[in-house]
Amino acid sequence: MDSALLVHRLHFAFTATFHYLFPQLTMGLALLIVVLKTIGLRRKDPVYHEAARFWGRIFGINFVLGVVTGIPMEFQFGTNWSVFSRFAGGVIGQTLAMEGMFAFFLESAFLGLFLYGEKRLSPKAHWLSAVAVFAGSWLSGYFIIATDAFMQHPVGYFTASDGSLQLASFWDFVLNPWAGWQYAHNMSGAAITGAFIMTSVGAFYLLSGKWTVHARIFVKTGVVAGCLFSVLQIFPTGDGQGKMVTDLQPVTLAAMEGLFQGQPGAPLVIVGQPNEQQGKIDNPIEVPKMLSMLTYKRWNANVRGLDAFPKQDWPGNIPLLYYSYHIMVGLGTFFVAVMVVALFLLWCGRLFNARWMLWILMLAAPFPYVANTAGWMTAELGRQPWLVYGLMRTENGYSKVVSAGNGMFTLLGFMGIYMVLGILGLFLIWREIENGPVAGHESVSNLHPATEAR
Amino acid sequence: MASLWFWIVAVMIATYVVLDGFDLGAGAIYLIAAKTNDERRRVLRAIGPVWDGNEVWLLAAGGTLYFAFPRLYASSFSGFYLPLTIVLWLLILRGIGIEFRAHIESRVWRDFFDVVFSISSILLAVFFGAALGNVVRGVPLDSSGYFFEPLWTHFKLGPQTGILDWYTVLTGVVALVTLAAHGSYYVALKTDEDLGRRARGFALLCWPVQFFLTFSSLVATYFIRPEIMTNYGKHPVGILVPIVVVASLAVMLWANPKGKEKLAFVASSLYITGMLVGAAFALYPVVLPARDHQYDLTIYNTAAGSHGLSVGLVWWTFGAVLAVAYFAFVYRMFRGKVQLGEGHY
Repeated sequence: MDSALLVHRLHFAFTATFHYLFPQLTMGLALLIVVLKTIGLRRKDPVYHEAARFWGRIFGINFVLGVVTGIPMEFQFGTNWSVFSRFAGGVIGQTLAMEGMFAFFLESAFLGLFLYGEKRLSPKAHWLSAVAVFAGSWLSGYFIIATDAFMQHPVGYFTASDGSLQLASFWDFVLNPWAGWQYAHNMSGAAITGAFIMTSVGAFYLLSGKWTVHARIFVKTGVVAGCLFSVLQIFPTGDGQGKMVTDLQPVTLAAMEGLFQGQPGAPLVIVGQPNEQQGKIDNPIEVPKMLSMLTYKRWNANVRGLDAFPKQDWPGNIPLLYYSYHIMVGLGTFFVAVMVVALFLLWCGRLFNARWMLWILMLAAPFPYVANTAGWMTAELGRQPWLVYGLMRTENGYSKVVSAGNGMFTLLGFMGIYMVLGILGLFLIWREIENGPVAGHESVSNLHPATEAR
Repeated sequence: MASLWFWIVAVMIATYVVLDGFDLGAGAIYLIAAKTNDERRRVLRAIGPVWDGNEVWLLAAGGTLYFAFPRLYASSFSGFYLPLTIVLWLLILRGIGIEFRAHIESRVWRDFFDVVFSISSILLAVFFGAALGNVVRGVPLDSSGYFFEPLWTHFKLGPQTGILDWYTVLTGVVALVTLAAHGSYYVALKTDEDLGRRARGFALLCWPVQFFLTFSSLVATYFIRPEIMTNYGKHPVGILVPIVVVASLAVMLWANPKGKEKLAFVASSLYITGMLVGAAFALYPVVLPARDHQYDLTIYNTAAGSHGLSVGLVWWTFGAVLAVAYFAFVYRMFRGKVQLGEGHY
């Protein structure tokens, strides 16, 4: 592999992967904070407002990290991928500019009001500012997904005389069917991260016997949301996304599933290592005919394997793609299992005393991050060797004028700065968790309902 | 259509510099003007609820530039690879400097983030000024439509220029002084007592430097690029630019000692707008001049397709109205002198 190409790919992959650790929690928590604030407003229950404020503080730290690591993403389209930008900017510039105009302005304007304006605003207006932050962050998600969807499945464009892509139909481009499923799947994934983090902190407090009133709210809200979105993640969103891949990127499907030879009644590989040299899966554990059923809803349907496609169109890194996909699916299944059991215990009224389950919920916090990252790696590695599917290969899109040496310089710089950011972020969020939702170990408002100040 | 987008992007960039300029400037004077922890908290509280929104203008202007002139975005961002990446690092450091300082009650922690915030603000002002200098001076574009500049070569204006040479260092210093003054007017407007007085004094100190640098940079610009006068000769409306610049300088000098902080701040904003619009006016229709003029990037050879540009006008107008409404609302909510009460920063 050309070393400049490798550096530019790593540059974007590293900064994008690190960046997305933050927005997934931002988007997930934004939704849950609106839920907490809505309940607080309806029931006039100050504990819910305290809970919303606590998560607002964590949201604030996380949001800053999302913003500062997000700015480099927009820049990199030009700095590291200028040939691609020249080629596709006439189309994807639409959504990237719209993200700034519609999502970032909304989000940034109301975040300040949400975090620092509670005393200046009426409760309803403060609730509205939370809704605005939620709307801004979820809109932002759509514009990015629509941009990515164009790279996965280009629609609504025409090729101009100079070879560049230009917009032909705004609505075709913005309402790309790929974007619909990918957005639903991605946002549900973000909501899972938010729900698992909220549940985990609640479980931690319950296990430590601190702030138990708030902790129950966290666990209850987190488990209900977590169960809902874990199910949605598999059906219909994951299923719908899978169908798009089956129809529009069949070679990607074959690589994801590790299906080297096409066959009727194709099996679903659960465990096994792809062996590219011999074109098979080592020590496989398979469910016979399951892949045919999942993809075409017929047990004996023919699924095309990698052998049906020329090798130069195979995704470049099949093992990593295969593992990313299997890790994502495996964890997705695990999320449903955990959350269904937790919801059942909650429904029976036994969850808050079931220490074993609280331990599982507490320790599960990192896994949604792994699953979301693996999901994005599946999408982006699966798109290879294309940068814009079927139209531009990745090897042709990077900035030819930026040498490997200059690219390496800035990649190392980002790694250093992001390491510091990661440590600072973990440290500050840990401190917020340690300080708890309210001063002292119990909610003041529960002891003296009249003294609720803010 | 492309001309319209040229001016839209120019106005967005000017808006960014006026808005984020005051919080960058506040950062530049931060260590000198604000001595005690209370004073520093006041400065941060004055910019705290708005700095992130101000910075969004950079992203929105960048996004709009990408959308309207993708070839310009591709060439300039890859050509200015090194300074832009350094700008990104500085933006990251500055953001956490502002936001993380108040999280821990420790002098060591605070001092560290104070320095991070101030140094990164100063360097950003210099880099933005140098970036503008690069655009006005021209870059070594060739027939491929691309170029790459190292951070510096020999600080002279040869065919292979670096990001920094004597001219762009000069424009960088102009930007630093301009934004330091701009930030001082803002801090004076938003705070009182010793801090407000010190900010006013600092602005007063900046004024003669700013006055001198404005004229020397204009002379230098004419010296290295005489063709900047062409548009001014062709379109007499350009005379408004020097009038606005000179008048706003005069108003700053007059209003500041009289305690008319709002007027001084508005004049400083007009000065910045005048300088930037003046530069855009001089360049038009070129968007990135080449050292060799046959390779100039213009609005004609960099714009996106006309259908895309027309569609964009619809949503852009809608988005801009919303953005202005949010900003009016937020600035209204946080109007007046800042008080230190409960809350962040």
